[in-house]
Amino acid sequence: MNKRPETEAELAELIAGRDAPLWIRGGGTAGVVPDGADVLKTSGLAGISLYEPGALTLVVKAGTPLAEVQGVLAAEGQRLAFEPADLRGVLEASGEPTIGAVAAMNVSGPRRIQAGACRDFMLGVRYVDGLGTIVKNGGRVMKNVTGYDLVKLMSGACGTLGVLTEVSMKVLPMPEAQGCVMVDGLAPDAAVHAMSAALGSPYDVTGAAHLPVGVDGAPATMVRVEGFGAQVDYRTGKLRDLLGRFGDVRVETDAERVTAGWRYVRDLEGLVGVEGDLWRISVKPSDGPAVLAGLNAVKAQMDWGGGLIWAVVPAGTDVRERMGVAGHATLVRGSGQPRFHPETPVNAQLAAGLRAKFDPKGMFNPGLMGAN
Amino acid sequence: MEMPAPNPAIVAKKAELVRRLSEVLPSDAVIHDEAETRAYECDALTAYRCPPLAAVLPSTTQEVSDVLRICHQMGVPVVPRGSGTSLAGGALPTADSVILGVARMNAVLETDYDNRFIRVQTGRTNLSVTGAVEADGFFYAPDPSSQLACAIAGNIAMNSGGAHCLKYGVTTNNLMGVTMVLMDGTITEIGGAHLDAAGLDLLGVICGSEGQLGVVTEATLRILAKPEGALPVLMGFDTNEGAGACVSDIIKAGVLPVAIEFMDRPCIEACEAFAKAGYPMCEALLIIEVEGSPEEIRHQLSLIKEIAAAHNPVDYREAADADEAYRIWLGRKSAFGAMGQINDYMCLDGTIPVSALPEVLRRIGELSKHYGLGVANVFHAGDGNMHPLILYNANQPGQLELCEAFGADILRLCVEVGGCLTGEHGVGIEKRDLMVDQFAPVDLEAQMAVKDVFDPAWLLNPAKVFPLASSEARRAVKIAAE
Repeated sequence: MNKRPETEAELAELIAGRDAPLWIRGGGTAGVVPDGADVLKTSGLAGISLYEPGALTLVVKAGTPLAEVQGVLAAEGQRLAFEPADLRGVLEASGEPTIGAVAAMNVSGPRRIQAGACRDFMLGVRYVDGLGTIVKNGGRVMKNVTGYDLVKLMSGACGTLGVLTEVSMKVLPMPEAQGCVMVDGLAPDAAVHAMSAALGSPYDVTGAAHLPVGVDGAPATMVRVEGFGAQVDYRTGKLRDLLGRFGDVRVETDAERVTAGWRYVRDLEGLVGVEGDLWRISVKPSDGPAVLAGLNAVKAQMDWGGGLIWAVVPAGTDVRERMGVAGHATLVRGSGQPRFHPETPVNAQLAAGLRAKFDPKGMFNPGLMGAN
Repeated sequence: MEMPAPNPAIVAKKAELVRRLSEVLPSDAVIHDEAETRAYECDALTAYRCPPLAAVLPSTTQEVSDVLRICHQMGVPVVPRGSGTSLAGGALPTADSVILGVARMNAVLETDYDNRFIRVQTGRTNLSVTGAVEADGFFYAPDPSSQLACAIAGNIAMNSGGAHCLKYGVTTNNLMGVTMVLMDGTITEIGGAHLDAAGLDLLGVICGSEGQLGVVTEATLRILAKPEGALPVLMGFDTNEGAGACVSDIIKAGVLPVAIEFMDRPCIEACEAFAKAGYPMCEALLIIEVEGSPEEIRHQLSLIKEIAAAHNPVDYREAADADEAYRIWLGRKSAFGAMGQINDYMCLDGTIPVSALPEVLRRIGELSKHYGLGVANVFHAGDGNMHPLILYNANQPGQLELCEAFGADILRLCVEVGGCLTGEHGVGIEKRDLMVDQFAPVDLEAQMAVKDVFDPAWLLNPAKVFPLASSEARRAVKIAAE
């Protein structure tokens, strides 16, 4: 059974009068909805409610396609700075990602280390809770500490606390230029040292990734800067000097090639079609190389200066058992293990308590998060 | 602003409470003498005062846990306190509460430049976090004006901002993990040196919860490499509209300054009289700061100058060196002192959409005439966070109430134009009763449900944030359980 409400009020009524499980589906690209489940499609709640480029503010209905949002922003020379990934390739999914799903799953890309995650750009939400109540939190302004920040709580809750109907976001100008400084042939630990040096420099690095197997088959370490043309020239020059001690350094400032390179990292293009379970592992960057070495990965890449590992491992591998350090691992593609990393007993209890308050009937995406 | 009447049953248990607290803390960490508890009777919202039943100054997370467990068992409310610099009354006690001050917990626990974080005890002051890493070229970005005194604990409670958050974000964007003690004494770790949450973003809701969900004793904070340099430019306009449009055009052009500060005529006049920084006399003044290498700074300033020219500035001054930069900032940084020289003042903190700026300033001017109280506006224009300073005479009966009524009208105006009651100071008691102007009852209910989970007995800082009428039933549970 599919439901596709066209208004927030219709959605609220539907939820109020129901107590059976309901799976929330944006574009259906994340592949989390089980076969045969009752599905709530958010695509009927679409459209841009407000966009003020001079105030860097966007208010948009949750079911709006991400591509539409990005198109509207690009027309004004702006963008979603947290760089949401498009994982359709690696998930072998079709469909159109929605802004609501990006918000609900806190989807962020390589720029997360510098600009922040999706949750850091979310200014406000409207949602319908598990009793059918329409709730708003936050707003449309950039600085707001009025009451509790339920915006952050909703971001990353994957719909388990409520159905997002509208989100407000801070947007940023697209930079005039971008450049990429590359070091070839590094082992993961040397790569993380190089990326730490770059990220610890004053040059405002907006991406730092390592591909143990790059496009041409050899290891590639990539550091990105963005800004005005002269600024990018200056900063790539400085970073070239800084990273010279790690190996041979190349600088790429062709916009198309730099964009393509970072899309390759962001969308996991190198992991498309690689057989096995896909994991997303967040650790302290300096722990990254050891974690990576212990995974027995078929193929993997590091982002966020080494702190984010994307790895395809043989099906059934217990990545969490192999980590051995603080952090968390999410099973993005595969089965047989919980999708989300188990929380400590105290935090799990707090999370369960919050779910019981926000969705007392336990309707939304049951079993997706937590131990319910 | 009303506070709930103290519960006589709790006050009557003072001796037992002090005895039990003294069993888990050194004797100098339990303050119960009436003369000494006065030191904790207020924070920076000094119009409201009430000595607590007792104050405790634990030195470790375990001691915090012991204190909370005892208070939880005895049904005693606890008001956490950082450095007591809240302008919103966030650390105001009631006569039946224990103040839990984290001031003795000020150690740096770990500094990690490779992974770009610092872990500190939360009694450490904001500026001393930067102080611990600046020799190595790093800094902690959020910079509230009280940064010399304010504690990280309070910054986390209020999700504090500062002048530079246009580029670097506020506390929540720079907080990676916490050690927190729940009201029943349970110690938990949330987040850490890795990014983002394993499950729900508990860290996100804890930051800004005004000490109502738990006591944060340790924090992992993101540190950044210091930029190569920074320089401000000052420009004057003969209309607020002109200045507002200039800000909007600069942002649209893709220049992202680290700070855009706005002052209106009353504020310019007061600051000039006080600090003699050589400001131009005009309707509106902008101070815009950019960062980078000298070359990068020159490039950004040239773009800003070109954009500003389209809005006919009556004055335009670029700082050529550190001394000129100092003089440009001098007036702005002495704004509060300058106003204090003229009279008592109340500092507000609403945020508005940047586009509503001219309308809001015009209507604040009308309200000023209506109430017969002067007001000066200084604010972070890049993000719309206003700080109207209302002048009044605290010694004249009725003036505080008049000033509060004026302030409430300004904050309602902020909400009306699409903004909010508070951008960085927090709700505390100051904006508590205005929450119904911004939120529907169901919105407040959703927030209070979060507190129900973390602090079911509503013992942690219970009389803050939510209008007393909204939270009454929940707070009554505690009293009924006596």
